Amino acid sequence: MNVIARDRLVAEVARIVEEANIDLDGKAVACLKASLLKERNELAKGILEEIVLNQEIARNERIPICQDTGVAVFFVELGNDVKLEFDLEAALNEAVAIAYTDGFLRKSMVRHPLDRVNTKDNTPAVIHVKTVMGSALRIRFAPKGAGSENMSKIAMLTPADGFAGIVKFVVDTVKAAGGRPCPPIVLGIGIGGTFEKAAVIAKEALLRELDDEAILPRDRELEEALYQAVNATNVGPMGLSGDTTCLAVKVNSYPCHIASLPVAVNIQCHAARHKELIL
Amino acid sequence: MQKITLPMNEATRLSLHAGDRLLLSGVIYTGRDAAHQRMVDALKKHEEPPFAYDGSLIYYTGPSPAKPGRPIGACGPTSSYRMDPFAIELMPAGLKIMLGKGPRGKAFRDALVKQSAVYLVVTGGIGALLSKRVLAAATKSYPDLGAEAVYRLEVVDFPAVVAYDAHGANLYGDIDE
Repeated sequence: MNVIARDRLVAEVARIVEEANIDLDGKAVACLKASLLKERNELAKGILEEIVLNQEIARNERIPICQDTGVAVFFVELGNDVKLEFDLEAALNEAVAIAYTDGFLRKSMVRHPLDRVNTKDNTPAVIHVKTVMGSALRIRFAPKGAGSENMSKIAMLTPADGFAGIVKFVVDTVKAAGGRPCPPIVLGIGIGGTFEKAAVIAKEALLRELDDEAILPRDRELEEALYQAVNATNVGPMGLSGDTTCLAVKVNSYPCHIASLPVAVNIQCHAARHKELIL
Repeated sequence: MQKITLPMNEATRLSLHAGDRLLLSGVIYTGRDAAHQRMVDALKKHEEPPFAYDGSLIYYTGPSPAKPGRPIGACGPTSSYRMDPFAIELMPAGLKIMLGKGPRGKAFRDALVKQSAVYLVVTGGIGALLSKRVLAAATKSYPDLGAEAVYRLEVVDFPAVVAYDAHGANLYGDIDE
């Protein structure tokens, strides 16, 4: 039995929350540098150079990569052999409040979508908990900025729309978004499930390692097709044209109803921030 | 790279062309969603604006908090299209130089040309780099809005690109339509 103390969990989570906002993952940096080598448009190259330089300054001087330090999103995998003698969601929220306050991160949460009064500590977080077998507690965190989140879309396609229909919907979504979500983007695509399941697995896809590929061959095929199609749109860095519109495409799938083909497109800006912790 | 000092006179504003790369220095003001709502409310009630609009640049940003010893935290641009309905009302009141990120709607672009205004953009998601180009920051108006308040910034060599010029040229094309 893995007994986890509340203090330890709060401290460790607060640390990864702060780090995620300051220290861009090495794989994201590698993707940006690789795109810089392939980009042919001069203005686009200049933008990619600024982005690469920015993440170095952020890490070295401990300044957030972006002022939009996002909504705190957690994906938690709770092993059946883990014992928590406290409210996990409350502890995660406490860690968020500590990290955003002590780490000088921007507080972007309002208490009601229409009242719009700031909660002043960036809580509450959006928390997804899944139970798994084992003695580990795995916590993945991503601060999700609004610029790219606002350009995300969901469609309830029909089975007849198929592979080509998914590609068309994703490409149309990226083109309509243009420069607004801060391209080069990362695309989290959820296909199948239900209306809400597609959206959740699309978000989870954004927390995958940037250099991995989908487990299922059909999903991998879609990842490759979408990567090519999106980078052929000429949206380019910040929507000002170029070869680099997306850095990666991640497809997660789930079984679905005989009549359904839900497709969720969750857009992530070039600051593909996330950190992971295993207790 | 063209060096530009803010505030900017009309002749300079009209001389800018879509695609020009600029380095901005001088005093600029910040404001985003909530501040724009108040600016438009003030205009309708004939109240004082939060700063003198003529020749001033408004930068769409909501910075992260400044760490001790620094003037400001990360301070990159936010998406400009959300400010379209407010900007259309504020341009005739003199606020004709805007800095943000991303394409804007047709109604805004039409109003911009009519008002001979300019829209500049800066790369989004480079807030750490941009914070190094800010020498001083002070709350100017609406302090209760926190990150969304109007700040007065003194900047040096702050990078920008002219996206829409006063003559109707558009660096984005019409990909957003």
